[in-house]
Amino acid sequence: MFGKGILTGLGITFRHIVDSFAADRRRGFGKNRYLPEGKEHTGPVPGWITVQYPEEKLQLPENFRFYPVLIKDDETGADWCTACGICARVCPPQCIWIVRAKKDDGKPEPRPEQFFIDTTICMQCGYCAEYCPFDAIKMDHRYEYSTLERTVSGIHDKERLTVFQSYYAQTHPRAAAAEKAVRDEKEAKKAKGGRASKEEKPAAAPAAH
Amino acid sequence: MTMQKVTNVSPAPMTVATPLKDVNAVAAKVNEQFPGAASVDGGSLIVERAQSVPVARLLRDDPSLGVDYLEDITSVDWPDRFDVVYNMYNTTRQEGPLRMKVKADKADPVVPSLVPVHPGANLMEREVYDLMGVKFDGHPNLKRVLLWEGFNGHPLRKDWKEAYFEEEKKPYDQRWPDGKLVRAEDRVPYKDNIVLPPGFDPSKYTAPGEDNVTLVDADALKKGEIRSDTLVINMGPQHPSTHGVFRMRLRLEGERIVDLQPVCGYLHRNHEKIGERNAWLMNMPYTDRLDYVSSMANNFAYAIAVEKLLPTVKVPERAEYLRVIMAEFTRIANHFFALGQLLSDMGAFFTPMLYGIEEREWILDLFEMSSGARMMCNYLRFGGVAKDPPDEFWPLANKLVNDRLERAIDRFDELIAQNEIVLSRAQNVGVLSRADALAFGTVGPVLRASGVPYDVRRAEPYSIYDRFDFSIPVGTVGDVYDRYLVRIAEMRESLKILRQAIKDIPGGQQYNADPAMIYGGPKGWQLKVPKGEVYGRAENPKGSLGFYLVSDGGTNPYRYHIHAPSYVNIGALNVMCKGQTVADVVIITGSLDIVLGELDR
Ligand code: SF4
Ligand code: SF4
Repeated sequence: MFGKGILTGLGITFRHIVDSFAADRRRGFGKNRYLPEGKEHTGPVPGWITVQYPEEKLQLPENFRFYPVLIKDDETGADWCTACGICARVCPPQCIWIVRAKKDDGKPEPRPEQFFIDTTICMQCGYCAEYCPFDAIKMDHRYEYSTLERTVSGIHDKERLTVFQSYYAQTHPRAAAAEKAVRDEKEAKKAKGGRASKEEKPAAAPAAH
Repeated sequence: MTMQKVTNVSPAPMTVATPLKDVNAVAAKVNEQFPGAASVDGGSLIVERAQSVPVARLLRDDPSLGVDYLEDITSVDWPDRFDVVYNMYNTTRQEGPLRMKVKADKADPVVPSLVPVHPGANLMEREVYDLMGVKFDGHPNLKRVLLWEGFNGHPLRKDWKEAYFEEEKKPYDQRWPDGKLVRAEDRVPYKDNIVLPPGFDPSKYTAPGEDNVTLVDADALKKGEIRSDTLVINMGPQHPSTHGVFRMRLRLEGERIVDLQPVCGYLHRNHEKIGERNAWLMNMPYTDRLDYVSSMANNFAYAIAVEKLLPTVKVPERAEYLRVIMAEFTRIANHFFALGQLLSDMGAFFTPMLYGIEEREWILDLFEMSSGARMMCNYLRFGGVAKDPPDEFWPLANKLVNDRLERAIDRFDELIAQNEIVLSRAQNVGVLSRADALAFGTVGPVLRASGVPYDVRRAEPYSIYDRFDFSIPVGTVGDVYDRYLVRIAEMRESLKILRQAIKDIPGGQQYNADPAMIYGGPKGWQLKVPKGEVYGRAENPKGSLGFYLVSDGGTNPYRYHIHAPSYVNIGALNVMCKGQTVADVVIITGSLDIVLGELDR
């Protein structure tokens, strides 16, 4: 029969409309279905009403990556970064710029004096976090960075980049725990190995992957 | 066709297939016909410049060779010469690649054009001319294709430097330990970075072929006739149904297409030059940006191409399965998207599109969970994958594969496939015959819809695809509707593979190559790839994505070339559209499923 195909299609669309309406009804017409209350998992949920961003937000999976952040210690407030330069060299668009600190006598010190990430160029690949041997740079979950110009606010300096380690442990609980376990193990090994010097630079051996 | 009876009196010389792997045998075969034309060097067939067209014809027509498919043309800039490299295949015996090389002079590089033998060479040769400056003698339309005529020089030559040039190779020394931030724009301010070729005046410039934008057919007018009914119109670059900044120059007679020329390059960023500056690993996230709808599959193709150059790398089982799972999910997501686009081009507006996107969202959730990004996944590494997917990945993947997607494909198909309007618009429109599909070197669903059962997963099995049970859907007519059906069937086949892979995937946490080999591990970013060249390809959702890589043993590729499926497929657009109407051009382009990030590179 001519027109049967069209009618079948229309039937499917109609069913879809009804299903969506029913789904909305079930969840009370969309009052806080998403974060901050955090009731739903990510993923499309049927319904007529979409996510009411920015009041509602989808939950992010732990692995989600946006711009990198630098980690500083909760207790001492010191940077974990040793200015080893690996992240700056592995970065595909080469958007990390690091000035290594110098001691008074001009010798390099394992600490970054300045640390810039040109986020207008950063491609959010995550290599810096992946290859940093000291867990000092991590991919962040914050994603609201829109600005009116790009020449100034697009460049994140050290102050803007740095977050406490506890913040990272909160956004990435599993990864942080796993990395801590690896660090602790290494620490224990070092203690057993009886290498006395406390002032020693963190070992250059890369963290287990 | 009648069966021929062979009487056994004097047996006619049977054609014994010459395996293409055995390059020496191929060369011997060629030299039989054209003495001294061919030699072998490093696994490639080196052909004398003057003989390359007859040799290509012999390779194609000799039944024992049957090299009927020219997949890729590229070139390499060596200090003393240019190599033009042809990667060719036999589609019936599913053999290849046969790598043919023709050498060109450094000072004035000219090689014969292969367009008379393989019409698909047209666009690829133009690309080589554009980016490398090798001229092709006898090419019907040798003009720049990705860049504009006012561009100075040929950027893939080793001595060419870009406007923001900093250093020859990454990593750049300026970043550390004294990384005083300088923005690239400050180093070369806008307007100071444009160098025009000598004698070029932009104000007097008309793009070639665009001067005859007139109602009157200029050729006819010259002959003294006035035929005022062919009209040249530009469709695009900002056209709602060209899926990006892509332009088609149509010559019309009334409503019918007489000629169609694709004009591209609006999104060109010289990915290949960037790739040659980058270290090997740095290219991985850049491949995401090629066909941004299927980044996982792009990663896959690049990873297997590089791994071919790394003989010691052994990908663990679990990683192989993860790669296949991601690649097949990508195929489903891509096809949903592509078919939604196609139907919206046909006038179904957004309903099928959104039904497709809804399923794609679920798949992107899986990608986001495991890789951290929905589209720019950057998930594969040489020798494995970046991370093991988290625990919540598997329940969702199982649910999608065993339950949801199957129904979604059915519903999607039922929604529109029998729709009378769709049938009348899609059937017998944009027909690409089997012979044309091969001759133009089309790839992927476009090739298969024209009845060629050629799929890289079968023809040149990579990773662990030889373990799975799946079939290759082929079309019969080669029209827009067949391309639709082939994609629907491919989604079902992908589901089949996914079911097997998710069932069989071994446990354990070993998702990356042995750390002792460090290819993907902590020092993988400094990876040095052994000297050699390789053409590695994978069956992407859009077709075969090939990487032609040349390594000089260093940390950066010497040559990094991409065979982009979208790019070769538009080469066949002209034959598909001839005689059709303008409204059909929209859906024919839609049925090719092009992505401009990959087309323009
Ligand atoms: S790799 Fe880590 S420790 Fe080294 S410079 Fe970068 S952030 Fe600092
Ligand atoms: S995420 Fe990638 S592009 Fe961005 S700073 Fe890190 S390495 Fe560079």
